[in-house]
Amino acid sequence: MDRPKFRLSKLSGDLIFKTVVGLFAFGIIVLAFLLFRELFIASSLSRNAFGAGFLTTSTWDPVKEVFGALPFIFGTLVSSLLALLIAVPLSLGIAIFLSELAPEKLRTPLSFIIELLAAVPSVIIGLWGIFILAPFIRDYLAPPLSTYLGFLPLFQGPMYGPSMLTGGVILAIMVIPITSSVSKEVIMTVPIQQREAALALGATGWETTRIAVIPYARSGIFGAVILGFGRAVGETMAVTMVIGNSPHISASLFSPSYTMASVIANEFLETAASKLYISSLIEVGFLLLVVSVIINIAARILVWKLLKVERGAA
Amino acid sequence: MQNKITVETLNAWFGTNHALKNINLSFQENRITAIIGPSGCGKSTFIRCLNRMHEVVRGAKVSGKVLVDGKDIYERDIDPVDIRRCIGMVFQKPNPFPTMSIYDNVAAGLKLNGMKDKKILDKTVEESLKKAALWDEVKNDLNKSGVSLSGGQQQRLCIARALAVEPEIILFDEPCSALDPISTSRIEDLMIELKEKYTIVIVTHNMQQAARVSDYTAFFLYGELIEFGETNQIFKKPKEKSTEDYIVGRFG
Amino acid sequence: MKWNRRKLIDRIMSFLTAACVVVAIIPLLSILYTVTINGISAINLDFLTQLPKPEGEVGGGLGNAIQGTFIVVGIACLIGLPVGILAGVYLSEYGENRFGRMVSFVADVLAGTPSIAAGIFGYTFIVLYFGFSAIAGGAALSVLMIPIVARTTEESLRLVSGSLREASLALGIPRWKTILHIVLSTAMSGIITGALLAIARVSGETAPLLLTAFGNPYWAAGINKPISTMPVQIYTYAIAPFPDWHAKAWGGALVLIILVLILNIGVRFITRKKY
Repeated sequence: MDRPKFRLSKLSGDLIFKTVVGLFAFGIIVLAFLLFRELFIASSLSRNAFGAGFLTTSTWDPVKEVFGALPFIFGTLVSSLLALLIAVPLSLGIAIFLSELAPEKLRTPLSFIIELLAAVPSVIIGLWGIFILAPFIRDYLAPPLSTYLGFLPLFQGPMYGPSMLTGGVILAIMVIPITSSVSKEVIMTVPIQQREAALALGATGWETTRIAVIPYARSGIFGAVILGFGRAVGETMAVTMVIGNSPHISASLFSPSYTMASVIANEFLETAASKLYISSLIEVGFLLLVVSVIINIAARILVWKLLKVERGAA
Repeated sequence: MQNKITVETLNAWFGTNHALKNINLSFQENRITAIIGPSGCGKSTFIRCLNRMHEVVRGAKVSGKVLVDGKDIYERDIDPVDIRRCIGMVFQKPNPFPTMSIYDNVAAGLKLNGMKDKKILDKTVEESLKKAALWDEVKNDLNKSGVSLSGGQQQRLCIARALAVEPEIILFDEPCSALDPISTSRIEDLMIELKEKYTIVIVTHNMQQAARVSDYTAFFLYGELIEFGETNQIFKKPKEKSTEDYIVGRFG
Repeated sequence: MKWNRRKLIDRIMSFLTAACVVVAIIPLLSILYTVTINGISAINLDFLTQLPKPEGEVGGGLGNAIQGTFIVVGIACLIGLPVGILAGVYLSEYGENRFGRMVSFVADVLAGTPSIAAGIFGYTFIVLYFGFSAIAGGAALSVLMIPIVARTTEESLRLVSGSLREASLALGIPRWKTILHIVLSTAMSGIITGALLAIARVSGETAPLLLTAFGNPYWAAGINKPISTMPVQIYTYAIAPFPDWHAKAWGGALVLIILVLILNIGVRFITRKKY
């Protein structure tokens, strides 16, 4: 044979390929870094002008150029918590039904339909919210609430449709798909032996779920709830369209409110916006980014732990 | 008859698990050597060291020498890709490329290494399939998917695929463990035909198979080579007590 | 506890959890129903092909917004798909190390970024220098696409059996060719699925486009000019006080939802064929 049997390895295609795809992977880190950097730098004007007071004052006056983000922080927190209050029990029910109690045949199509809800663009949910949900809540949900629970400050005052309550309900609708599907996934990682042990003791389907499945999946379900919270906090369009967009803090869920995301969407393109105004809006965005990153990291850690144990065992 | 492969003080690890311990062994040209032993004895690890497939697994390490025609394949700066072209391998489960036709499966090794000449490809595909005793069954369906074949046919397709890159040595890693008895006997016949041109090493957990096809047999236990010799001798008059125990079925 | 009572509780819980499913599906059905009913009367050939007309004039359509959505999403794909897919290849094939795990983690966190933040990013990073434009919109959307595509690509490549990689390597095919020709083509349907879902997701995004693509009452004038998109147009029409514009918002919503649902349901069929 003329050719040497085994060539010496050269600067190989392998190395080039690995370097190229590695650079693209690195690109993701660069992107995340840039995202942070851009928002941080662009909000410095506002940070310098208002300092920590930005978080604790509630005057939002573009004319006098005084900006405090408290009403938006309040609006985001309350609307998201309200959404969780509605969505978490429902999502848990859905997850348990679809993973434990539903007939085998129904599981896949029902899961698909619920996931489809997550695919509907937010602006369309908002459109539906303006014309269907808000009037529905105004006419059928608010009157009984104020009649029977009107002694609570939560349900006092007039209700015109766009309100904190409507925003919370819209957010709940958008949180359900993610919270229920992650919870379902987490529940399905519970080892079969865990269930069989309970079933063998003569437990019913529900008892098995309650005794053997839920305790096992608890931290993962908590992670799913936090992921849902992240979704609610970051959601923009639908909530902008139904929450009323008024920067006031009110105890009543019937009064209009404003969230961090919606103030950006709504006021960013104000034609006469000054530099400080824009910078303040960007600072709101930066806060939103930081909060959702923290939420996501927390949720990932909780969910990952569980899914990883499962994968390692399999 | 000369030694095609010589293994000198070969050690292999998975992480901290010392899977092969000081193996010294030679394989003769145009002969079939069987490697037997209970599961977990390191026999699969061993043949994967012969074409540097062991190092594909994460955390795997090797030391020692494997000389092919006197040249150490573990010498620094040698490209494992070339070694694998010279030393083909057939795996436990048939694993044709699912997205490729029968023709493309066989041609894959050549095509992906830059061969474009359609005539040469056609000729190689036909010859390889003939050598693998599959040609008559598939010659009219060359464009069908490789995974549409039966298990035994798929395994012969994998053999044809390995032959197409013109190796000198073929390693069989329990090639029949996923096959029925009829397919198994076809593959065994095929191996005996192939030894005319190739040096063959086969790992098997099936002792009858080792006895039927091989000229030499090596017995591994707990990562060590216990005994090596002509197949007849190993099966009829083993020198070591543990070899005998294994062969008569006292363990494993 | 008596057996009958336990059985009763079991029944009740099954019923209650099933009721949760029904409650969650009602909004979806209501959305689909109202969008279809209200949208269908607004849609006609003009609606799909004409420019919008000012308030007060009859007729006109969303032709430029449909065109713009395709252009902006196309730009997002041009940036997002290669980056996402190649990063996913790294994560699956070489990512078993600290750097790889870090990239995975960052991608997951990035996937949870509020879309409005991507909009601000597009604004400060591109709009401030080049103005509102299709390219700024596409770039903002690609920020949302990249992590999704990278993770789904990684996951589908990991599903490819190791025995195929070994078979290829054992033929003396270098690793990079093995990945390009064997692994990627085997995982293609999974990668396409991920890409389509990411496209579906960004096609309906509004918030980032408000801050980057802006809007434009005319046909697209180039990728460096403001451009009209369906989601932004729907939003503009929805919050305006004119009933005629509301009708157009519903029409636009129907077109958009059909596009998104086709992508989502189409994906189901691609994946079903395989398993």
